[in-house]
Amino acid sequence: MSPTKLNLKDKYKLLTRDLDWEFSYEDRQEAFPYEEFEGIKITDWDKWEDPFRLTMDAYWKYQAEKEKKLYAIYDAFSQNNGHTNVTDARYVNAIKLFLTGVSPGEHAAHLGFAFTGRQMGGIGARVAAQMQSIDELRHIQTQIHAMSHYNKFFDGFDEFNHMHDRVWYLSVPKSFFEDARTAGPFEFMVAIGFSFEYVLTNLLFVPFMSGAAYNGDMATVTFGFSAQSDEARHMTLGLEIIKFLLEQHEDNVPIVQKWLDKWLWRGYRLLTLVAMMMDYMLPQKFMSWQEAWELYFEDAGGALFKDLERYGIKMPDYTETIKQEKEHLSHQAWWTFYQYTHAAAFHTWTPSSDEMDWLSEKYPNTFDKYYRPRWELAAEMEAKGERFYTTGLPQLCQTCQIPMMFTEVDDPSQVAYRESVYNDERFHFCSDPCKSIFDNEPEKYVHAWLPVHQILQGNCGGGGLDKVIEYYHLDNGAANLEFEGSPDAERWKQWKGVA
Amino acid sequence: MSRVQIAFQDNDESRYIVAAIEQDNPTAVVHYEPAMIRVENEGSLTINRESVCEQIGMDWNVQSLHLNLITLTGHIDEEDDYFKIMWNN
Repeated sequence: MSPTKLNLKDKYKLLTRDLDWEFSYEDRQEAFPYEEFEGIKITDWDKWEDPFRLTMDAYWKYQAEKEKKLYAIYDAFSQNNGHTNVTDARYVNAIKLFLTGVSPGEHAAHLGFAFTGRQMGGIGARVAAQMQSIDELRHIQTQIHAMSHYNKFFDGFDEFNHMHDRVWYLSVPKSFFEDARTAGPFEFMVAIGFSFEYVLTNLLFVPFMSGAAYNGDMATVTFGFSAQSDEARHMTLGLEIIKFLLEQHEDNVPIVQKWLDKWLWRGYRLLTLVAMMMDYMLPQKFMSWQEAWELYFEDAGGALFKDLERYGIKMPDYTETIKQEKEHLSHQAWWTFYQYTHAAAFHTWTPSSDEMDWLSEKYPNTFDKYYRPRWELAAEMEAKGERFYTTGLPQLCQTCQIPMMFTEVDDPSQVAYRESVYNDERFHFCSDPCKSIFDNEPEKYVHAWLPVHQILQGNCGGGGLDKVIEYYHLDNGAANLEFEGSPDAERWKQWKGVA
Repeated sequence: MSRVQIAFQDNDESRYIVAAIEQDNPTAVVHYEPAMIRVENEGSLTINRESVCEQIGMDWNVQSLHLNLITLTGHIDEEDDYFKIMWNN
């Protein structure tokens, strides 16, 4: 007699739900001390549903297959000098930003889900969080492996981990994850499961990766899509936890709303980096930041919020601000990095005239009016041998830690400044949402490690800029500054025989 | 009705999955983008195991969708015979 194959539902029941046990001699509350700490009320963990019904055996089977496919491509990429097949050496700078800014975040997510998986009382959620924790570890590993090939030929990759804890712009993603990881388990789930997975990775790992493929980067698109296939599961987990919390108790609704308001904004601010990666760092362009945002957030995120309306959840009231900013975001970000690229682990450049025409076409309301003149002036100065760098240090937002570079929604010529006073000290913010996030939890954000403050206090190598650059382990004259004339650019010309 | 969306890596397996989707979801719109295939539909979208098996010419397990999946939107309903995404609005 051949054994009967279990169907998905029964398998999930046996291999997930059955792993739980009754607590006969230990106190359940003591075993899960964080479960009530955030004010969340859970009445019945059995109501938790894992829509993918993925069991551990199937998880390992499919993950192993994904890895095999992925590493075969890595081998082919490096054996065939894949780095010489990208559209242009400028492109590689987007990948440097990825490794220094995003990959360490995968590791932070791995640690966060290990903690959260331990702290949730329900077995279904615990197993799903465990899988996600392993996924995130896989992501940082596959990303380091993919980029190790570029590291042999380009500057700016080798000290990514050292830099992540020190370099000014990297405090933006670092503080995002630290904010999430120092919250309770349910807020962490909403922060990463919803904000990071549903909003952020969907823009970073889908349209940006598609752009990477368009630019001939076989290794990156492959790890990107392979990671995103895990993210599809993570997004579903994020959505599931939100629905679950809202259905468990009406008292959870205002708490979840507050977290959605906070984390959607935190995730959106972090995406500023992706906006400029798409519009300025992909030499071959196929979709603008604005188009990607409309498709992957306004459309998909809009549908999600419409679904959550029945629980009393509403779209955060700052979405109008986001709508206005989408025509400005990438330009303001690239302009900021252009000025400060002497202190960054990647190169910047002025967009070519073809690229500017593309930007005019994609941003008809803003590019020619506000940003083209700036780039034309920068190109003119550069031609005269006066490449522009800012020598001062920028003021940072206490919440998102991004330099003050965002303009007022109704006046693109005026940089937005907000402030709050807490315990007789004044704190500064880039926007209303960042200010209100601070005002809700000032005791948390007063502890922010703001890179500019730290530099001025002498905690980053002390002394002037040269000392800071040393403290960053930034290979001065190679990894930083303008792309034109950089060692990367020179090597590229040699490979292409145009030296 | 809100639109649901699913995207696959553009490869030889996805091609048949997408063909099965088109067959069973006549209103679905297929977009071919660099390295990926994105499919949209109003309200919901269903992938039937039997249709994929027919298209691909061999047995196909619904869970092996994970191998070529890039992203999706909507709530998920997965059984042995089908995989469905939908919005409830």
